[in-house]
Amino acid sequence: MNKIHVNTSVNGDNLEFLCDPRETLLDALRDRLNLTGAKEGCGTGDCGACSVTLDDRLVCSCLVLGVEAEGKSIGTVEGIAEGENLHPLQQKFIEHAALQCGICTPGILVATKALLEKNPDPTETEVRYWLAGNLCRCTGYDKIIKAVMDTARDLREAS
Amino acid sequence: MSILKPLPHDAAALHVSGSAQYTDDIPTPDNTLHLVFGLSEIAHGRIVKTDLTDVKSASGVSCVLMAKDIPGKNDISPSPFPEPLLSDGTLNYIGQPIFICAATSHLLARRAAKLAKIEYKKKKAIITIEEAIKAKSLLEKPVVYNKGDPENTILNSEFNLNGTINIGGQEHFYLEGQAALAIPHDDGDITIHCSTQHPTEAQHKVADALKKPMNAVRVQVRRMGGGFGGKESQSNALAVACAIMANQTGKPCKMRYDRDDDMIVTGKRHDFRIDYNVGFNGKGKITGIEFKQFVRCGWSADLSLAIADRAMLHSDNAYFLSDAKITSYRLLTNTQSATAFRGFGGPQGMIGIEQVINHISQYLGKDSLTVREQNFYNNPSKRKNEVQTTPYHMQVKDSIIKPLVKQLKSSSNYTKRRLEIENWNNKNKFLKKGLALTPVKFGISFTLTHLNQAGALVHVYQDGSIRINHGGTEMGQGLFQKVAQVAAQEFSQPIENIKITATDTGKVPNTSATAASSGTDLNGMAVKVACEKIKLRLKSFLGKTYKLKATEIEFLNGSIYCKGKEYSFKSIIKQAYENRISLSATGFYATPEIKWDRLKGKGNPFYYFAYGAAVTEVIIDTLTGENRILRVDICHDAGKSINPAIDIGQIQGGYVQGAGWLTTEELIWNEEGKLMTHAPSTYKIPACSDRPRIFHTNLFHYEGNKKQTIYRSKAVGEPPLMLGISALMALNDAIASVGDWDRYALLDTPATPEKILFEIQKQIRGI
Repeated sequence: MNKIHVNTSVNGDNLEFLCDPRETLLDALRDRLNLTGAKEGCGTGDCGACSVTLDDRLVCSCLVLGVEAEGKSIGTVEGIAEGENLHPLQQKFIEHAALQCGICTPGILVATKALLEKNPDPTETEVRYWLAGNLCRCTGYDKIIKAVMDTARDLREAS
Repeated sequence: MSILKPLPHDAAALHVSGSAQYTDDIPTPDNTLHLVFGLSEIAHGRIVKTDLTDVKSASGVSCVLMAKDIPGKNDISPSPFPEPLLSDGTLNYIGQPIFICAATSHLLARRAAKLAKIEYKKKKAIITIEEAIKAKSLLEKPVVYNKGDPENTILNSEFNLNGTINIGGQEHFYLEGQAALAIPHDDGDITIHCSTQHPTEAQHKVADALKKPMNAVRVQVRRMGGGFGGKESQSNALAVACAIMANQTGKPCKMRYDRDDDMIVTGKRHDFRIDYNVGFNGKGKITGIEFKQFVRCGWSADLSLAIADRAMLHSDNAYFLSDAKITSYRLLTNTQSATAFRGFGGPQGMIGIEQVINHISQYLGKDSLTVREQNFYNNPSKRKNEVQTTPYHMQVKDSIIKPLVKQLKSSSNYTKRRLEIENWNNKNKFLKKGLALTPVKFGISFTLTHLNQAGALVHVYQDGSIRINHGGTEMGQGLFQKVAQVAAQEFSQPIENIKITATDTGKVPNTSATAASSGTDLNGMAVKVACEKIKLRLKSFLGKTYKLKATEIEFLNGSIYCKGKEYSFKSIIKQAYENRISLSATGFYATPEIKWDRLKGKGNPFYYFAYGAAVTEVIIDTLTGENRILRVDICHDAGKSINPAIDIGQIQGGYVQGAGWLTTEELIWNEEGKLMTHAPSTYKIPACSDRPRIFHTNLFHYEGNKKQTIYRSKAVGEPPLMLGISALMALNDAIASVGDWDRYALLDTPATPEKILFEIQKQIRGI
């Protein structure tokens, strides 16, 4: 099958790649652009490990085709830090030990960042239900929620 | 001090930036082939005809291999019983690998494998425990442990109850699926990157399959995205498949299961049926007990014997049973080969006795905690009681269950809440609350005694930087950081000066699986031994050079002090190097004092026990069976915790995983033996929204492990999973409150809303 040429922007950089029209955005990111931060946990949109933003909307990249990225702007975990400086959200996840094996962490960070941009002052219940689509098998979620609430508080105070 | 500190996970900064590399993230050479298995579509029978023409001619396919193409042994078994990688013609479950297809991409390989035309001759399949019992389908003859005269004591006891509980299995659902990558070398050697808890076994199985010595095979693993026991033996298949395909084609080969294949092919936690017959007195004190454990092992032995043993070894949990008999039936079925899963049979064994306790308390109309307290093991250090023994005749010398539960009872306000819940339930017609406190006593050590050994390699470079390696694998449990803390402590160096490297069979050989919660106990000790060797050499060098006694040289606050005078670590290392002192050492550790006869059921299988307890409060909707965990209070024993942040993470994660197993995680096989719940769309692990509303987690503070473990810490990987049993017992309590307490709410697991609703109906209608 002929490959399709896709022009897109990833974490603010204009990029182009060739991909099979049946290929998912997740595979395009991982295999064509070598951005392996998004992970395949299930391939059916149920675990959130592949979360990215597409024009600021939170999506499971395993449910989006690579060709759909044409003309859009993609945000991945690799774009959360500014150069060497970790984003406050990333720092809080380290501080609260809100990760163990770490494979769900990229998806959870992308999803959380999308939440805080929409809603800088979420309740704990809102956080719990917003992140219900991001499975974590290690932590039991407690420290994740604490890290998110703490980040939101800090960001509000800073702004 | 580097120990006793809540330092973050060693790779935390990599995790949050998305740059931590897992097996599937390793860049592959351009000519890499991607593999998938062609799977059996029948549960039992044999292959009559295999036509793989369409597979071979499909787009992108370069090679297809079957059992006959394996140069050496077609075996991936972790036990002395054989277990073929590819079917030898007979088929034993739906999902059993028959052939390997290699193509230029993962997607093309998957498409091609579906084109196989295989004709089968079906035989009657044995799927359930009941079918296996009826067919007498046994892996080995029943194993019996006996202490005292339970038959007579039950007969002569004041009260007697019996019952049955069915316990469902559990899918590991590590977020990172199984994966391996094999890279062949110019001299015929091979390197395998594999997401495995047991690199040495992968090495061993690959060597056998290739008919090569083990020194031609190197297995490496830097990290896993979760393991939970599911990558102890189940990872062998991918390592061996990649190795034989790489050997055949001369190209790098990579295999990763997609989630459905992962769930259909790999083994899970063992399903159990436990029958009990118990005698007790009016206070709820157990006088005699008999358990029959029926264990569904699946199609092959795998690790089932040791798992079924551990279930027997935990049928007492934290309770002293004076007269007990446990019989274990290990059943072969035409389902996935049930395998290691956090707790390794222990959780199922404990559920048996916890059900018994709830049954007794509801029968006597007592709060279940008072019945539990009647039966706890004594705390030998407090009073000079006679030392109590387990049903396998091991003395329990380290019990802290009584003081631990006392502390939790008070910190969780148990007594007050018990009354409040009773009042609340009286006032609410449709919603009911339940409360339960359950204890954990978990035996630490591999019950296969020879596995309790570990090796390490420590290098101090001439600039004073330190690099460590050991046989343990990192699967998120924080092992690498805890072991690095050991090296930092020994050399009195900041943690930043210690580098941790990927587990590698080329560096530390003959390792045991990172399993049985033993990671830190074994590898921490091995690293300590290696560090001590280097320190001894440094001391001897300094002693000779500066005419000092060993006691006059101290490693303190990042420096080395000679008779009180401070020298930088760096400068002494440089001097030692220039004076030709070896700055590299291996360390080896073997757990002392353990001796065990598994067939007789006698001895000391464990070095020590880890303890804990949890109180769970739940609410159920009696019209729908829907339920929530409202509050959890945990007090857990990590000895003197090397890293409280990491240990608390293990405890909370363990609780949630255990509660998930017993409530939402339901595995369903249809009559044909096909697993119907093979993706997260139908198999529900706890989500963020399921997290307990209130979640108090504390470590039990005391002088630490009585045994000389690494800095008196205790293993913390598996024991907390069993804290989740309190959720099941709380649901049981809530259901019982619907009736008039004259009928026991016997809840099979997982306690899904359907099962809860069914039990409520039984209570209401008096069925």
